[in-house]
Amino acid sequence: MTKTATPKRSKAAKDTLVLSATQLTTAIKTMAAKMMADQKDVASLAIVGIQSRGVPLAARLAAAIKAKTGKKVDVGSLDITLYRDDLSTIGTRPVLKSTNISFSIDGRAVVLVDDVLFTGRTIRAALDELVDFGRPSRIALAVLIDRGHRELPIQADYVGKVIKTTRSDMVDVRLAEIDGKDEVVLIKR
Amino acid sequence: MTQPVTPIEPIVWRRKHLLGIEPLSADEITLILDTAVQMREIMDRPIKKVPTLRGRTVVNLFMEASTRTRASFEMAERILSADSLSVQAAGSSVSKGESLLDTVRNLEAMTPDVIVVRHSSAGAANFLARNCNSRIVNAGDGAHEHPTQALLDAFTLRQAKGRIAGLKIAIVGDVLHSRVARSNIHLLSKMGAEVTLCAPPTLLPQEFSSLANLTWRLDEAIEGADVIMMLRLQQERMNSAFISTAREYHAHYGLTMDRLKKAKKDTVVLHPGPMNRGVEISSEVADSKSSLILDQVTNGVAVRMAVLYLLLGGGRE
Repeated sequence: MTKTATPKRSKAAKDTLVLSATQLTTAIKTMAAKMMADQKDVASLAIVGIQSRGVPLAARLAAAIKAKTGKKVDVGSLDITLYRDDLSTIGTRPVLKSTNISFSIDGRAVVLVDDVLFTGRTIRAALDELVDFGRPSRIALAVLIDRGHRELPIQADYVGKVIKTTRSDMVDVRLAEIDGKDEVVLIKR
Repeated sequence: MTQPVTPIEPIVWRRKHLLGIEPLSADEITLILDTAVQMREIMDRPIKKVPTLRGRTVVNLFMEASTRTRASFEMAERILSADSLSVQAAGSSVSKGESLLDTVRNLEAMTPDVIVVRHSSAGAANFLARNCNSRIVNAGDGAHEHPTQALLDAFTLRQAKGRIAGLKIAIVGDVLHSRVARSNIHLLSKMGAEVTLCAPPTLLPQEFSSLANLTWRLDEAIEGADVIMMLRLQQERMNSAFISTAREYHAHYGLTMDRLKKAKKDTVVLHPGPMNRGVEISSEVADSKSSLILDQVTNGVAVRMAVLYLLLGGGRE
């Protein structure tokens, strides 16, 4: 939720590759495998991606599960903007993206998916929004990167990679569906 | 948490008020309509409420009769969790002779964030915007503008036709007295639709000839039209003989099934309400499958949610 301003990128800026395209794919497969181990009944699973980059990640997790089990998992998307706790302090209104949960989540095991877990405020908003759609039997959290610095008591159940950052660093998750290529880069500031 | 790839969103809302469609750009109109698409989805949820405007206060000041618009704004405010109160001319101090500005200044002293205003005088919303600190939303001012109505019409057209640009649209009826027509003419021409206005000569002002085709003949307006927007015959604003009788008006300008059949197969019919059934529109047409009249009402809530959301952006002033 805490958006850092677009950094001034000098050519000297030190960008560290956190995940390559291959490592990113492996991380998703590993997370999907853990989900299947936790939820033997894959049909009762539903995966909901948080806009923007949680959405393609959710689709990839569902595809990985389908590849292993042959079973289709429901996938939805969630835009948490209207549930943000900083709407009255940020500048102009963020453009809304689509929320689409076209299935009932009552009694289902829902996995929320986001690209980076940072302060935890996005996940707080997502939890509030998700329970307005129904009463899942369980809600879990999957993130590609956990970068620390939580401001709320929220932890992920499935993590691609944990990295050490300072508060002002930027973690840039790039996904082929949105950015044209797969990689995760840590930008030191 | 997600870092933006594009440095800055190209379109952002920077206006404090929504006074009319005329000053808006096509990009701003598109932003409102796109935002309304996401708001519309909330209305289909099991719990139709989001916490977005929690702690914000909206005053709905309706100095002129209204059912749809006022209910629609109130619904939009509630879904967004704003606190709202409605003040109507009847039963307020206005009936004791208090001026509009005094009424608003007193309401403003209660520190609302937005005032939604409906007034019988053209320019009332602009006047309040100049003289007050609150954000103002024009919910219809005399024969001037009714921006949220034009926006909900546009939303409904995008929903039904997938686009606005290139559509052939006939606006039929009391154009002269209609703020709905005025707002729609501006919106539709900005968005690239081809507009034809049709009315008896007494109700068809020439001022729109640069933005629309004008005709006195209904069949001519309807031919090839993708959309027919009917206007209410505003008998309460008619202080002289604009038409002979409602019956004769219906004979020449009423939309009947026979006339509608001359349009395209997929022509849709809109009406801002309240309808005078049997005057500008026959009951058969109003209740036909070509009619989008009730969709307009549903979409009106979503569009008003979008407007309130965008206007209340940024920090508190």
